[in-house]
Amino acid sequence: MISNVRVESAVLIDWMLRFADKIVENKEMLTALDAAIGDADHGINMARGMEEVRRRLATYADDDLGALFKTIGMTLLSKVGGASGPLYGTLFLRMGVASVGKSELTDGQFAAALAAGVDGVRQRGSARLGDKTMVDALLPAVVTLQQALDDHASLCDAMEAARRAAEEGMKATIPMQASKGRASYLGPRSIGHQDPGATSAYLLILSAAEAICHATRSDAIAEPHPG
Amino acid sequence: MKKLINDPSNVVEESMKGLARAHADLLRVHFDPNYVVRIDAPRGGKVGVISGGGSGHEPMHSGFVGYGMLDAACPGPIFTSPTPEQVVAAAHAVNGGAGVLFIVKNYTGDILNFDIAAELCRDEGIEVESVLIHDDVAVEDSLYTAGRRGVGLTIFAEKICGAAAEAGLSLAQVAAIGRTVSERGRSMGMALTPCIVPAVGQPTFTLKEDEMEIGIGIHGEPGRQRSRLLRADEITDILATTIFDDLPFRHGSEAIVMVNGMGGTPLMELYIVFRHLAELCDARGIAIRRSLVGNYITSLEMAGCSITMMEVDDELLRWWDAPVRTPALRW
Repeated sequence: MISNVRVESAVLIDWMLRFADKIVENKEMLTALDAAIGDADHGINMARGMEEVRRRLATYADDDLGALFKTIGMTLLSKVGGASGPLYGTLFLRMGVASVGKSELTDGQFAAALAAGVDGVRQRGSARLGDKTMVDALLPAVVTLQQALDDHASLCDAMEAARRAAEEGMKATIPMQASKGRASYLGPRSIGHQDPGATSAYLLILSAAEAICHATRSDAIAEPHPG
Repeated sequence: MKKLINDPSNVVEESMKGLARAHADLLRVHFDPNYVVRIDAPRGGKVGVISGGGSGHEPMHSGFVGYGMLDAACPGPIFTSPTPEQVVAAAHAVNGGAGVLFIVKNYTGDILNFDIAAELCRDEGIEVESVLIHDDVAVEDSLYTAGRRGVGLTIFAEKICGAAAEAGLSLAQVAAIGRTVSERGRSMGMALTPCIVPAVGQPTFTLKEDEMEIGIGIHGEPGRQRSRLLRADEITDILATTIFDDLPFRHGSEAIVMVNGMGGTPLMELYIVFRHLAELCDARGIAIRRSLVGNYITSLEMAGCSITMMEVDDELLRWWDAPVRTPALRW
């Protein structure tokens, strides 16, 4: 079994393309979740941003991962608007700062970069766990990812564990009362609805797990392991 | 969905183009990034007053660009805050060397985007101050919310800061006046019908024939409380007394008062509300010094109204009375 995957530009671009596909596929669902407790634009805004990311990445050729993440972050910052633009933008800009000058990330570096990005989201939005935001999906994911790597899991297995944690975190937002963002204006009426930000954040982690595990399998095919 | 539009994805740009053609003597528009700017910007030595937010609230903000009010407005997509890129471009377009003031409504998206824009402007050597508007008494102001929403008082802040900037006051002075406005004003709104975001095509919430929503914001979001439909005077009682008690407006105080339509309510009904509001002010000993009745901060085609009241002194009244020439406000 090959446990190491080369986290390089192609894998990260694959991550973004998968994320763009999922956002576009789930555009109506995200907007419907937002209509229940927000202002019915999350799917529309994220789709607009990710379509632009997809367009820019189609001809992207720089190996430097710092530059790649910065391009993604600035694109979301300038195209999405709302709260999601600055928050997702900050996530990728911070991942970029953590990846400057590198054309490949080790498993630990990838986990650290993702954690730095999630930390940026928490700071920018001053949201904590339990506020019914994207942090409720992202934070359990990065914590679980690091724990799994510490337990010597492969990056693919660790990301699968992170994906499960993000999914649980997303579902855990249903009974929460929002205390950040527009949903907080509803008071107790926000209870009973899944948070749209946590839902798109789950799609982000799901896409990362798929891209990394797909690359792991591709590596396994490209470099068959004896025995 | 039945709307007077062409393509849902072009509504903001087509409306901006129409605004520019209709008011070519007052303003011009810039696309990619999108902003509306006073025809004579930048004016040397004058503080640039900039606001912005999601579209769908017309005439706010673009309809208030012109002499004595906003130097620029940054319209985002429907109900979605503008991006930092738009705000920075508008700041460059209006900066006459005296710095720029951002008037920001308290929504997470608006704050994040204007904060990032302020950081970028300062990096580029433009001095920036921000005034936060959070006047909606329907929202409990507590640790458990993102704070009160910015609604009708935004118009008052734009008018008064615009007048102070026109008179040549410094950035710090204009910002201080804006903060005074923010402290002294309160608003509350209600809806009879929801609104439909063009790209969504469905109402953002549903109300039965005999229901209304009290404590709505301006984005088609549901309010805090749904109740059976009441008469205009009873609705006015709820909105006005919540506002009176919150500031509070004391016996002997003087106020500027706005009864604002949400986009789909006839002016006749707004005057019915104003009539009772004036009676309530009389009973409480609150003197209405100036008033506005009409559609100033809307929520697309939503039916309903909001009331905004600001306690004023002679200085604020002077800024309010200063000449203004914009598409939606002029005297």
